Amino acid sequence: MAFEGLADRLQSTLQRIRGKGKVTEADVKEMMREVRLALLEADVNFRVVKDFIKKVTERAVGQEVLKSLTPGQQVVKVVHDELTTLLGGEQSKLAVGTKPPTVIMMVGLQGAGKTTTTGKLANHLRKKLNRQPLLVAADIYRPAAIQQLETLGKQLSLPVFSMGDQVSPVEIATKALEKAKAEHYDYVIIDTAGRLHIDEVLMEELQQVKEIANPHEILLVVDSMTGQDAVNVAESFNEKLGVTGVVLTKLDGDTRGGAALSIKAVTNLPIKFAGMGEKMDALEPFHPDRMSSRILGMGDVLTLIEKAQTTVDEEKAKELQKKMRDMSFTFDDFLEQMGQVRNLGPLDQLLGMMPGAGKMKGLKNVSIDEKQISHVEAIIKSMTKLEREQPEIISASRKRRIANGSGRTVQEVNRLIKQFEDMKKMMKQMSGMMKGKKKGGFKFPFM
Amino acid sequence: MSFLKRLKEKFTAQTDAVTEKFKTGLEKTRNSFSTKVNDLVKRYRKVDEEFFEELEEILISADVGVHTVMELIDQLKDIARTRNIQDTMELKSAISETLAAMLRKDDEEGALALQNGQMTVILVVGVNGVGKTTTIGKLAHQLKQQGKSVLLAAGDTFRAGAIDQLEVWGERAGVDVIKHQEGADPAAVIFDSVKAAKSRGVDVLLCDTAGRLQNKVNLMNELEKVKRVIEREVPGAPHEVLLVVDATTGQNAMSQAKIFSQATNVTGLVLTKLDGTAKGGIVLGIRHELDIPVKFVGLGEKIDDLQAFDPEQFVYGLFMNMEEEEAE
Ligand SMILES: Nc1nc2c(ncn2[C@@H]2O[C@H](COP(=O)(O)OP(=O)(O)OP(=O)(O)O)[C@@H](O)[C@H]2O)c(=O)[nH]1
Ligand SMILES: [Mg+2]
Repeated sequence: MAFEGLADRLQSTLQRIRGKGKVTEADVKEMMREVRLALLEADVNFRVVKDFIKKVTERAVGQEVLKSLTPGQQVVKVVHDELTTLLGGEQSKLAVGTKPPTVIMMVGLQGAGKTTTTGKLANHLRKKLNRQPLLVAADIYRPAAIQQLETLGKQLSLPVFSMGDQVSPVEIATKALEKAKAEHYDYVIIDTAGRLHIDEVLMEELQQVKEIANPHEILLVVDSMTGQDAVNVAESFNEKLGVTGVVLTKLDGDTRGGAALSIKAVTNLPIKFAGMGEKMDALEPFHPDRMSSRILGMGDVLTLIEKAQTTVDEEKAKELQKKMRDMSFTFDDFLEQMGQVRNLGPLDQLLGMMPGAGKMKGLKNVSIDEKQISHVEAIIKSMTKLEREQPEIISASRKRRIANGSGRTVQEVNRLIKQFEDMKKMMKQMSGMMKGKKKGGFKFPFM
Repeated sequence: MSFLKRLKEKFTAQTDAVTEKFKTGLEKTRNSFSTKVNDLVKRYRKVDEEFFEELEEILISADVGVHTVMELIDQLKDIARTRNIQDTMELKSAISETLAAMLRKDDEEGALALQNGQMTVILVVGVNGVGKTTTIGKLAHQLKQQGKSVLLAAGDTFRAGAIDQLEVWGERAGVDVIKHQEGADPAAVIFDSVKAAKSRGVDVLLCDTAGRLQNKVNLMNELEKVKRVIEREVPGAPHEVLLVVDATTGQNAMSQAKIFSQATNVTGLVLTKLDGTAKGGIVLGIRHELDIPVKFVGLGEKIDDLQAFDPEQFVYGLFMNMEEEEAE
């Protein structure tokens, strides 16, 4: 796989260091080479990477690592912490004007997700904050952009202000504000057309809209898959408009999302929200610690745990945690878990959040394919009670029986047992983290 | 053929001319200041490292991807060593040639696989917002100008306003659009479109699809189903599956190419938004690892802002910064 996580990358280096018992400056340097590659592969801008590595190397060499007893863990932790700090605190608050309406202007490149985010923000304001937003269709350029926003408005039962595509965005914004004031809306969200940051004419148009609308927030919407160019885009938009915050979209994909770090580093703008899907409720606060795990390829452990915590029944979760800790987790628990895991959402998404899951190829396959899940179910159901509790007793002849009973092959039975053991190990690690605090408790198989 | 082999061939063909040039230069050195050769080598080495470091940065900042860049740099270092290239200008031309060669094979046309005397079906796929619908509009226009009859299929029944958007493009290009309601089954829309295209006897059917992130298994399955409908209804179709990639995209484009290919067997890329400042260097890696050629580039939002891909021009674009920086 091209995108190994930092954990995987550091493995061999760390093993060598552990053998030596002590970390030298040269070791740190070597580790930083791996960190650099991990960051570049995650699309962090190369200049940002340079600065970052310099800073972290200083910190790492200076004290923590050299003194540390578990150097590998320390280095990853230093990198992770530094990244989290750089990404900023958690911020999902929107500005509030002293007098309504509060005006929000959405800006960004073509195809970044402005219109969808406009709908999501409105939904967030309405549902979570109980505020009345007015959506404004000011993208007069892209064919059917206005219809798109109108359709979203209909879906959300929220009003959309539009004047067609023959009226200038400045005029649309002016009229929309008049209406919002007269009708006492709390928020006005202006959806503008996507444009290139180097398009002077269109950038000036945005400046004009800004001038008359006096927005309290100008949100730059950025596709999380953006590569090295993210810095140029963010810098230009910010320079010309004075952006107040960033929304990172399409984070439900499998991108590492290094653009987040690039943008933060060059503009120091807060990242306020993360778009997590195409549905109108798929807007979440941005979590810097999760983002740094993701950029480093450490798996989004905390998101997973949080998701599990809200979905899985409290009582059962406690029991499960205990089982995970003492490794008394059985195939029966596994079966029950599968049912609950299904309720957590798309399995592939969930699995991407688990550290090391990328490496466990078999596990990944099983979990991604819903059809295979039912095969797994069949296999477990063909086990005896004792076999489910003590998988180690499953001998070759038992395997054949189970295979026959479930209509699967012996290989499949073997694979499942192997995966089950892997999972048990992983869960033990995770339970350690759940017990601990939110921060820092990461532990990897090689540490 | 592997990248390495291609590279080697390219260079063995050139070696003679180049060594000729170097012989003259080298002879002088050897004859007059044999002691200075060592100095020269030393100096050359140092300059060389710096140069390669800079080159590495340029390529990385163009989104070429660390993996491909490192491989490329290693190769170029080898070339420089074996051919004893000391002039960075000389190496620079070798670089652009190498990159361009990587993007197009000699025996390749790079054009669309338009069928003779039979309908051509083109399926357009990609993640959200990359420019699929716009590209279809531009392509319809281009094909129509070549005298082809074209029909569009509104296969994006999911995104709000997507059907309206395609219809606007249909009007602009002067071609019809086959559509269902928003929320309808995309496979059914495509089925009807193929039927309509057959009965009208059009030359090319362009199928739009909803943007989808490649890690959404159910959506990728849906896309496979759409493709199967085409396969079933027109033997040998789809003749092209175009994956639209936004030039602003970083390394994730590799994952897009991989997974979309698995689902739909992508035959070519369309690299959009090259009119911005992003370079789209990831297509090098995609070509190198997955062997998918770039067929078109998008250079704007207007109907004629679609061009056939030109490797030399593209590579020149990658190095534009380098020329500027050196001019400074
Ligand atoms: N500057 C520039 N913009 C482009 C180019 N191609 C497309 N766009 C713009 O990018 C935006 C998204 O294009 P669409 O054609 O709607 O993209 P799509 O892939 O069909 O999007 P979905 O169907 O929503 O997934 C629109 O604003 C287009 O005008 C290009 O080559 N250059
Ligand atoms: Mg579209």
